[in-house]
Amino acid sequence: MISTVNDLNERFEALSKSLDDKIKGADGLRHIVLCGGTGCLSAHSTEIMERFKELLKEKGIENKATVNQVGCFGFCSQGPFVKIYPEDTLYKMVKIEDVDEIVEKDLIGGEIVDRLLYIDPKTSEKVTKQEDILFYKKQRRVALNGCGVINPEDINEAIGMGAFQGIKRALTMSQQEVIDEVLASGLRGRGGGGFPTGRKWQFALNVEADQKYVVCNGDEGDPGAFMDRSILEGNPLGVIEGMMIAGYAFGASEGYFYVRAEYPIAVKRLKIAIEQARAEGLLGKNILGTDFSFDCQIRLGAGAFVCGEETALLNSIEGKRGMPRPRPPFPAVKGLWGKPTCVNNVETLACVPYILREGADKFASVGTEKSKGTKVFALGGKVNNVGLVEVPMGTTLRELIYDIGGGIPDGKKFKAIQTGGPSGGCLTEEYLDEPIDFDNLVAKGSMMGSGGAIVMDEDNCMVDVAKFYMEFICDESCGKCTPCRIGTKRMLEILTRITEGKGTMKDLEELEELSQTIKANSLCALGQTASNPVNSTLAHFRDEYIAHIVDKKCPAHVCKNLMQYKIDAEKCIGCGMCAKGCPASCITRTEYVAPGHKLASMAIDADKCVKCGACISTCKFNAISKV
Amino acid sequence: MAKLQEAAVAQITEICQRHKNDKTPLMMILSDIQNEYGYIPLEVQELVSKETGISVAEIYGVVTFYSFFSLTPKGKYVVGCCLGTACYVKGAQNVIDKFQELLGIKPGETTEDGLFTLDALRCIGACGIAPAVSINGRVYPKVKVDQVPEIIKELKEEAAKA
Repeated sequence: MISTVNDLNERFEALSKSLDDKIKGADGLRHIVLCGGTGCLSAHSTEIMERFKELLKEKGIENKATVNQVGCFGFCSQGPFVKIYPEDTLYKMVKIEDVDEIVEKDLIGGEIVDRLLYIDPKTSEKVTKQEDILFYKKQRRVALNGCGVINPEDINEAIGMGAFQGIKRALTMSQQEVIDEVLASGLRGRGGGGFPTGRKWQFALNVEADQKYVVCNGDEGDPGAFMDRSILEGNPLGVIEGMMIAGYAFGASEGYFYVRAEYPIAVKRLKIAIEQARAEGLLGKNILGTDFSFDCQIRLGAGAFVCGEETALLNSIEGKRGMPRPRPPFPAVKGLWGKPTCVNNVETLACVPYILREGADKFASVGTEKSKGTKVFALGGKVNNVGLVEVPMGTTLRELIYDIGGGIPDGKKFKAIQTGGPSGGCLTEEYLDEPIDFDNLVAKGSMMGSGGAIVMDEDNCMVDVAKFYMEFICDESCGKCTPCRIGTKRMLEILTRITEGKGTMKDLEELEELSQTIKANSLCALGQTASNPVNSTLAHFRDEYIAHIVDKKCPAHVCKNLMQYKIDAEKCIGCGMCAKGCPASCITRTEYVAPGHKLASMAIDADKCVKCGACISTCKFNAISKV
Repeated sequence: MAKLQEAAVAQITEICQRHKNDKTPLMMILSDIQNEYGYIPLEVQELVSKETGISVAEIYGVVTFYSFFSLTPKGKYVVGCCLGTACYVKGAQNVIDKFQELLGIKPGETTEDGLFTLDALRCIGACGIAPAVSINGRVYPKVKVDQVPEIIKELKEEAAKA
């Protein structure tokens, strides 16, 4: 039990030493940690861990090494990762078959297994330590603190890492002082809104009420963003502590985590963390011997994107359809069950303990003038280093895509980076040197949003991407207000028409008109921002829209109605593999034998072709292409 | 309307009882029923209404609002193809098209033998390993179209063994 500040201090001292000893090897042991994020788990990280345990026993060295799963390392495209302390050796893309060699060579022989090291793509040199990998060099971990280092299911490691030091300091301050500290840090809501967190808390503090609530918004619905999931999976106690500090600051004694049902591992670890904190007396009555009491519960979403909107989320917790409420009254005045409520995003709350522990100045020492601190991005799509990265605000898009992301795969050409998900927009090559922060991206016609950053290359059709987002919005519109419910449907119909080659130039005007109407007349942010992807692709890629409408061509060869597969008769050796694999039986032999070839070439009947692309992947001679 | 079997009535009543101390238990009751009973047909909704005092109309409204709640039973294997942005730009549409073709069902439908349900998911947060397919909670990373027949074959074999 940790019932007083002294208890916490003692535990912290002992546990931070043991964590330090573990990392530096002062305990005379080797420690194997494996990435336990969703990506690595799907690549059998748990089975690899079991194999390690089994083998250590077999070799009689189970007393000389420990094996543990930790949170997400962030570098998902190279997973699963195995790291060995104290040498800090990092092995990538480890398979179950590799475990024998790691145990034999490294754990017993003390030699590094060369072939499992990360190879720097620029220098072609092998890198042994995580910190020397370019992907990590420009990163700075505040919200992701502890992720990939501590065991998320062990409160002792979290305490050793500094958990509860923030709330400890907060409890020595007045409520106003805590809010002032958060205001001074310049922390703004990481869920996409960018509203100053301290101001939100101030509103709630100023309202008199017998009960107030803190709600953590873990309904990470933006497709392409997974930072909240990784934070909850990697260091759940950090978010719980952030929630406690918020509760203290404006006088709430109850908190609710609203987490997507799609995130079972995050929910499981959060549950364990809450139970462990309760068992230690760190949640409950009279925390750390003060008169501050706080406890929290978990509520699950049920697959509705709109519940990421704070008032819809509150309705969902109340057991209703997740439809937004008109604001004002804002939740800080009248929220959950009519009581003052602050809804804060997972990443926002994860930053709070750092601010209280290290001080507002340190948090504010990185970032730009109006956007302080760091931001986590989920870098995905057509980029080499897919993963989760945390960088100081003000980092440029180029640094994000090329230095950290390692550029575009297969020598393809960069086309656009989409940020902010279905509410955001695309930015092209000419904007790559723009610093990323809340206000600058909005000024350039996109937004930072919750941090999804999808890179697109020349093979992506921007009209198709706009259609994709509109389909998403159409599906997820709750139906409460007409402009969003019906307007998005009409926009989707127009976009579908264009991608099918049936569009007219008048359609572009209609898209613009509809987008203005929806923006001006929708109740919540989902509707107000629904047309952003269309607007921004229209602004930057109008020529692609026109190519679809006037030339009836899809320049990226994505839209199936506007492209064909063709066999180059000169390259085709007539092996017939494509015809065997064709589900539509539309490939037949011609009578033409190309010079130097023995068999007549094949040809595709465009009328019968279903455009599945099976032929292109079977042809070993690159004779088939999209036109 | 079909009558619920006794065991089902007991199960649903127990779930309602579990959350009786909660201020607004409906979402939690429905989540548990979906997970444990498998689906939430009208007769179950009527029972929940009786137990909680919440009107059937309101319960029906909630059940049909959230995509996780289903009015019909799902297949033994729920094949969830992620169509989040990261998966989509890496060809997830072709993957779900292939499942659709081979299983002969559209997203949201279940095969006649009750073995497979096909679902289009909106981002499961596995963007690092796109395109991802989640089958009964197990996530398949970087799925290629050619892998689809094999995945289906494996599951069919697994089902035949059980």
